[in-house]
Amino acid sequence: MPLLDVRDLSVVFDRKGTRPVKAVDGVSFTVEPGQTVGLVGESGCGKSVTSLAIMGLLPRRGNRVTGEVRFSDVDLLKLRPRELRDWRGRDIGMIFQDPLSSLNPVIPLGVQVAEVLERHQGRTRQAALREAKELLDAVGIPDPQRRLKEFPHQLSGGMRQRALIAIALACKPRLLIADEPTTALDVTIQAQILTLLKELVDNSGTALVMITHDLGVVAGLCDTVNVLYAGKVVERAYRHDLFEDPRHPYTHGLLQSVPRLDVDRGARLHQIRGSVSDNIPWSEGCAFAPRCDRVIDDCIGETVPLEPTRRAGALRCTNPVEREVAV
Amino acid sequence: MVRVISRRLIQLVVTLIALMTLVFFWLRSLPGGPVDALLGERATPQTRELLTRALGYDQPIWVQYGRFLKNVVTGNFGNSIRTGEPVTDVISRAFPATVELALGAIIIAIGLGIPLGYLAARHRGRLLDNATIIVTLIGISIPIFFLGYLLKDWLTQGVHYFPPSGRISTGLGNTDVTGFFVLDGLLTREFDASADALWHLVLPAFTLATIPLAIIIRITRASVLDVLDEDYIRTADAKGLRSPTIRKRHVLRNALLPVVTTIGLQTGALLAGAVLTEKVYNWGGLGTLITDSISGGRDYPVLQALILLAAVVFIVVNLLVDLSYAVIDPRVRVQ
Repeated sequence: MPLLDVRDLSVVFDRKGTRPVKAVDGVSFTVEPGQTVGLVGESGCGKSVTSLAIMGLLPRRGNRVTGEVRFSDVDLLKLRPRELRDWRGRDIGMIFQDPLSSLNPVIPLGVQVAEVLERHQGRTRQAALREAKELLDAVGIPDPQRRLKEFPHQLSGGMRQRALIAIALACKPRLLIADEPTTALDVTIQAQILTLLKELVDNSGTALVMITHDLGVVAGLCDTVNVLYAGKVVERAYRHDLFEDPRHPYTHGLLQSVPRLDVDRGARLHQIRGSVSDNIPWSEGCAFAPRCDRVIDDCIGETVPLEPTRRAGALRCTNPVEREVAV
Repeated sequence: MVRVISRRLIQLVVTLIALMTLVFFWLRSLPGGPVDALLGERATPQTRELLTRALGYDQPIWVQYGRFLKNVVTGNFGNSIRTGEPVTDVISRAFPATVELALGAIIIAIGLGIPLGYLAARHRGRLLDNATIIVTLIGISIPIFFLGYLLKDWLTQGVHYFPPSGRISTGLGNTDVTGFFVLDGLLTREFDASADALWHLVLPAFTLATIPLAIIIRITRASVLDVLDEDYIRTADAKGLRSPTIRKRHVLRNALLPVVTTIGLQTGALLAGAVLTEKVYNWGGLGTLITDSISGGRDYPVLQALILLAAVVFIVVNLLVDLSYAVIDPRVRVQ
């Protein structure tokens, strides 16, 4: 049984006075215990909204969430908000993109770590603070005793993200969702944080859902990858398969767009033409068709289904990239 | 912290000197003056000259200014032109009345404003929120003197819920200790006097409180809504913290920052409102003293001292606001 089984998850932004927008459109994927799964796509493809919907963190006003989010066979979407609070932080931890704004500026770091232990493990403040110190130590924050009393603005960006990781992993959750955890950090720190994450999930057996637009992150971390486009999964594959043999033209385009060291300096970087906003509704064909180099007549007309392919993968394309074409 | 305070105190002194200078020359550049006001239009030139000399206004203006500065530094603000009493006596008699009134107003404004603003934010877009928006709009817009007379008419005439004017009922002689009637009653264990003074305080304080109250409600509401949208509230939700914990620990303190600023500014502005409120409720405080000193005799010494006092109060309140900022927000402490 998978640890997390997301079935046909859809999120519609429906605010008064505006046209409803389908941000997530029937996304399904599973996460096995201890597995690391990537959700990849460019801005606006619905990857962050998917993660927030799983956690029940989308504001209830103006959002319609449908489908199922089965976590160890409990549908989290069916839980009442109060019940869901018992799961969050205890069974599922989450870390966010911007570590500075994600920490409360007026509360000492120690309390921000300790309060999750007080909440879910019934620790007293003192015991929780002692444990918080060990947690900060475990995520590589130097001089943790002193840091307990410090405030987020006194820490560096990397340390703040480490602190958020400590908070998310404090109760040893079975699943960690990381929403672009390295985007706000500079490159050297990015690598450190990713290494730390990998170590922590490997050692603790925590499953990880990694949300990113960075294929480099995927390459270093994920077991399987879901590529999202305009709210739908367009390709799913084992990491190795995806990098060796991308089938969807979008995935292929993304991989082509990664800067490489082994090409001439003067060579132009590949880019996918157009932008995410140049799409057609999924009900009228493939949303990627207007930007696709391999578009054929069959791409327009009706919804392209997600069909199983090699080794538990899946693909949503009528004219997939052939292996020979791939570089 | 000590450095911040001492720097602010130096600023205070500089500000006061500048203000004293301005006030001194402004008052004297106004047409008319104490001599005209005291003697009327039909006074003979001889009497005028006599009085002018007696008051020292025949001296060159810079001599007058120098004398004024010297007196202020030694704590001597001179005597009231109207009554001849020392200015310090006149003011210290009126000061507690206004402070009592202003404190009452501020307590009402904060005590009701923050909870109401918070409730409105939590009920965003629903009935309570919309009602709050309308009521606060009225509160901000309605002139103090109008509201004062309105409340007086409704609640003191016919139905005697509240006393119509004054600070305490005649006959309830309470011992003067501090000049704050409510406090004096408590100190001397004359609790009936204390209760009576408090009863007199309700309507004037509420009248004076309306504008700051409405503004504090609005600011609190907006500030809470801002904070609820912050990433760290999402983090707190992701931790699975219970809603009351999130509200108390994460929302309230961050939301208070702009509210504290507003409270400081409004406290300063209370002085202006006090002039009107005191007039309506016949409350013998600084507001009454200011109007009397301008209309009845152009009482330079009293006016100068009053304006200085207002400035000191304003600056001290703002200093307190800045200090409370440092208490609430650790980011301010470092600088």
